Amino acid sequence: MCEDTIAAISTPLGEGGIGIIKISGPEAVSIAGKVFKPKRGGWDGEKSHTLVYGHIYDSHTGQAVDEVLVSCMKAPYTYTREDVVEINCHGGIVPLRKVLELVLAEGARMAEPGEFSKRAFLNGRLDLAQAESIIDVIRSKTEDGLKIAVSQLKGDLSLKIDELKKRLLGILAQVEANIDFPDENLEEATGSNIIISSEELLKEIKKMVIESEAGIVYREGIRAAIIGKPNVGKSSLLNAVLKQKRAIVTDIPGTTRDVIEEIVNIRGIPLRIIDTAGLHKTDDLVEKIGVERTKEMIEQADLVLLVLDAAIGLSDQDFEIIDSIGEKKSLVLVNKVDVKKSIINQGDLDRLAGGRPVLWISAEQGTGLDKMEEVIVEMVLGGQIVRSDTLLVANIRHKQALEKAACYLEEAVSGVKSMFPVDIVAIDLRAAWEALGEITGSTVTEDLIDRIFKDFCIGK
Amino acid sequence: MVYSAGNYDVIVVGAGHAGCEAGLAAARMGCRTLVITLNMDNVALMPCNPAVGGPAKGHLVREVDALGGEIGLNTDRASIQMRLLNIGKGPAVQALRAQTDKKHYQISMKRVLEGQENLDLKQALAERLLIEKGKICGVLTSTGAIFKAEAIVVTAGTYLKGRIVIGDLSFPGGPNGQFPSVGLSDSLSELGVRMGRFKTGTPPRVDQKSIDFSKMSIQPGDEKPYQFSFVSPFVEREQMPCWLTYTTEETNRIIRENLHRSPLFTGSIQSQGPRYCPSIETKVVRFSDKPAHQVFIEPEGKDTAEMYVQGMSTSLPEDVQLAMLRTLPGMEKVEMMRAGYAIEYDYVFPGQLKLSLETKIIPGLFTAGQINGTSGYEEAAAQGIIAGINAALFTKNREPFILKRSQAYIGVMIDDLVTKEIDEPYRMLTSRAEYRLLLRQDNADLRLTEMGYEIGLVSKERYETYIRKQKLVEEERSRLERTVVPVSADTKKILGEINGAGLPQQGITLAGLLRRPEVSYGDLLLLPMSHPDLPEEVREQVKIQVKYEGYIKKQQSQAERIKRLEEKKLPTDIDYRKVKGLSMEAMEKMENIKPVSIGQAGRIAGVTPADLSVLLIFLEQNRRNKNRNHS
Ligand SMILES: Nc1nc2c(ncn2[C@@H]2O[C@H](COP(=O)(O)OP(=O)(O)OP(=O)(O)O)[C@@H](O)[C@H]2O)c(=O)[nH]1
Ligand SMILES: [Mg+2]
Repeated sequence: MCEDTIAAISTPLGEGGIGIIKISGPEAVSIAGKVFKPKRGGWDGEKSHTLVYGHIYDSHTGQAVDEVLVSCMKAPYTYTREDVVEINCHGGIVPLRKVLELVLAEGARMAEPGEFSKRAFLNGRLDLAQAESIIDVIRSKTEDGLKIAVSQLKGDLSLKIDELKKRLLGILAQVEANIDFPDENLEEATGSNIIISSEELLKEIKKMVIESEAGIVYREGIRAAIIGKPNVGKSSLLNAVLKQKRAIVTDIPGTTRDVIEEIVNIRGIPLRIIDTAGLHKTDDLVEKIGVERTKEMIEQADLVLLVLDAAIGLSDQDFEIIDSIGEKKSLVLVNKVDVKKSIINQGDLDRLAGGRPVLWISAEQGTGLDKMEEVIVEMVLGGQIVRSDTLLVANIRHKQALEKAACYLEEAVSGVKSMFPVDIVAIDLRAAWEALGEITGSTVTEDLIDRIFKDFCIGK
Repeated sequence: MVYSAGNYDVIVVGAGHAGCEAGLAAARMGCRTLVITLNMDNVALMPCNPAVGGPAKGHLVREVDALGGEIGLNTDRASIQMRLLNIGKGPAVQALRAQTDKKHYQISMKRVLEGQENLDLKQALAERLLIEKGKICGVLTSTGAIFKAEAIVVTAGTYLKGRIVIGDLSFPGGPNGQFPSVGLSDSLSELGVRMGRFKTGTPPRVDQKSIDFSKMSIQPGDEKPYQFSFVSPFVEREQMPCWLTYTTEETNRIIRENLHRSPLFTGSIQSQGPRYCPSIETKVVRFSDKPAHQVFIEPEGKDTAEMYVQGMSTSLPEDVQLAMLRTLPGMEKVEMMRAGYAIEYDYVFPGQLKLSLETKIIPGLFTAGQINGTSGYEEAAAQGIIAGINAALFTKNREPFILKRSQAYIGVMIDDLVTKEIDEPYRMLTSRAEYRLLLRQDNADLRLTEMGYEIGLVSKERYETYIRKQKLVEEERSRLERTVVPVSADTKKILGEINGAGLPQQGITLAGLLRRPEVSYGDLLLLPMSHPDLPEEVREQVKIQVKYEGYIKKQQSQAERIKRLEEKKLPTDIDYRKVKGLSMEAMEKMENIKPVSIGQAGRIAGVTPADLSVLLIFLEQNRRNKNRNHS
């Protein structure tokens, strides 16, 4: 079957930030060759089922992006029965994403949900029993993707894209109305009109590309919930990180009763930091609700900061709390190290932490906070803390679409400048619109025709 | 009394623009063909504007011509003005438009039908379609005649249950004072064909001698008129001008004050009319800030004083029509000869058709033209020829003839009709074609002559002319690509004189030079080297192919990619309700439309890429299950 070449992050980031990018299709080997330089010898992709060590390079900057192991498997003895290349990346989320983008830039297409399995099945690799589960994946992942698209559609990004699309459609409709109704004496879209509008759009799209470059982590931030028993200094920690007195701090347990959320930028990464009500058994209704909310916050968080009080030591309750964190990424922070004497037993602490990093801090004095930030940043960039996969994928798709749109707009501008007629320029304008339309899933023809009749008085 | 009146291979019901092409195509392909019309004096009637062509529509005419159809030739015969439109806007969208002499158009088209071997033309009102074993087998006329045939093409235009509306007046009728056709519509419904209702309209016609043309601006034809047909003999024809005037504040006032008498606003007309052809009352209401609307006064022919008032389509009462006409500069004393009117009519939801224009439910029954929800003579003719061809192929048990979207506007139109749910009369627009640069009017012959020849519509002689032209084009292209421009003082001087063209770098070819925006093909001929003496259309072709090569290639490769999806066929007997994993919307639409390929399925609104993946897996599941059962 003659298909195009697809690529995707096939294994989400695991411990130590290892992720795999899988490429499948007739061009897989040659595309890999364009971004990968082996440590020794050249990449010919001749030999099947080999593993080669080397680096991924960005050909624009000439810089190494990540240190990788690349495996090359030639058809037909592969999962999809097509040529398959897998790039094992080590550098964490940022390089992983960058590698995928480079692969896409060399001509691979971002795989649809379930597409590798789909190809495997269509090429006779999987048996009938597996077909249904593939359909399930296609359906559910697509729906996840849709949910995310919808949630983003409410966001600034999609409002922005809608606005860009509207403006682009405005120029296009003007061009097309004049082409299809030459006798109507409509206002012409002159070359300089087209250049001015296209360049304005270009500027904005390019800005969006740069913004999205930083990635989803940078744009949306990661959610860190501060939890712990009452009075351990959670609100104090929030204030210390924010460097302002945001939350009320008293020595009365149960001061914070609702969730307080603030964004703070640590080393370029926005941290959505959430102070919660202290966790304990209570009969007070308001406090009870606060505790419930805290549990919700733990669920939604990407990272949990468990605060202990060095002055009062560990209790059963701390062990209960840490159980409720479960598998979620977390740090154990022993607060109030400035007090004379810690009564925390090291053995108990190790047992409680169970391998989680433990840091000693003082929210009041600010000690240990630098180290804490460093550890958090490392966890994020190292890929131990990731936003959900689909979100990441949606983000890469958006960026690709934006870049494509920008590229077509540039061609439209250069087309006008080299005096190509409008019907040629319209091809690029239309393609630019379609690239933006990929994000929201719309196609141009009907929208365009509607717009022509909305904007222009046409008819005999 | 019912009697048996004759046996044919193909019967065409209706002799409008679709019917004429359908009948001629079937007869020319060797089928014994009957064309029936409800009025022998109205063959190829142009009930609306006296013009053929324009952007996209002109493209359709050229395509029909290249396939061996008649509309191009006949328009050339009847033309009284030719204009090439969109000259500065690029090769893809240049389009020819003709003003035609309506009577001449009818008479000469009728002559062609009468002179066509294998074709009988008869006056009869088709009353009922006859079915035998689920297949079409003939028609019964209102006088009791039964004509039998294996295939029938219904091209009933806007006649089906036509209703004319002028102000508060409304009566059953076809266009232009004709009878409506009622029985045929009921007969189609009884056979299970679902019908909808559309509306269209036409402006008043006025008396030439009552117009003061000195107050209008003149719109002459081109000095060097082109022709529609690739094979029309060149004939010097006198060209008649059109005239341009405008509506005034006064026109707007009269219309606004009489909106309560407009059927469009009183609710007397409910059906959807075309947005591209709105009535003047709609324009005044929708674009109320526009002080003046253009109005073209066009001659209806050489032997008549009737003038067509383009831009004033209306269903206002007659007295209002006259009053508003008299507010236009130059029309102060105008006399109206025919009033404008709106017409409502039944149409067949075209989603019920195959890409061959055969109905899905009744083998052998085809529909073409306005009955399929389109508007325009050109759209009708284009469907007519395809339906005629496929009716003929049907009788010969041959595969249907289907043009792809990347091959012709005809392909775009029929795919749209069959795949998209249209909600207004469909008009061809260049913006509907995604491969516009491939579907130029200049290359319609290169795209389609060969196919026309293969199905037996294009004569050997014409085919050979095409082959010669193609050869000349190829040779000239390769000459331009090969020939290096000599760097001499002479060439430098000549190139310097060409507006802004710099000196050629060492080794530039003629083609390279031509790709520069400021260099024209004519400029190349100035260079001191020997140039072959070539016909104008060959030069034009070479110029476009070389100058826009990059973009043309891009569209070709896009089309190539899509082609793979078109080649993945979907059996038409799939029960989509049983395909697990399809979205609800996709399932319903696919069940309705029964697309023939994954490509077509992808164009159905509401069908997502995920749905297509699910379908592909389903097909593979089926295939393996079948294999398993066989072994
Ligand atoms: N010595 C010392 N005291 C601290 C430190 N951090 C917080 N405290 C004190 O501990 C008490 C409780 O601090 P909060 O920040 O209100 O504690 P909390 O965990 O938010 O308490 P609740 O909202 O009631 O759950 C206050 O009196 C703080 O001044 C620290 O690092 N050192
Ligand atoms: Mg607090």
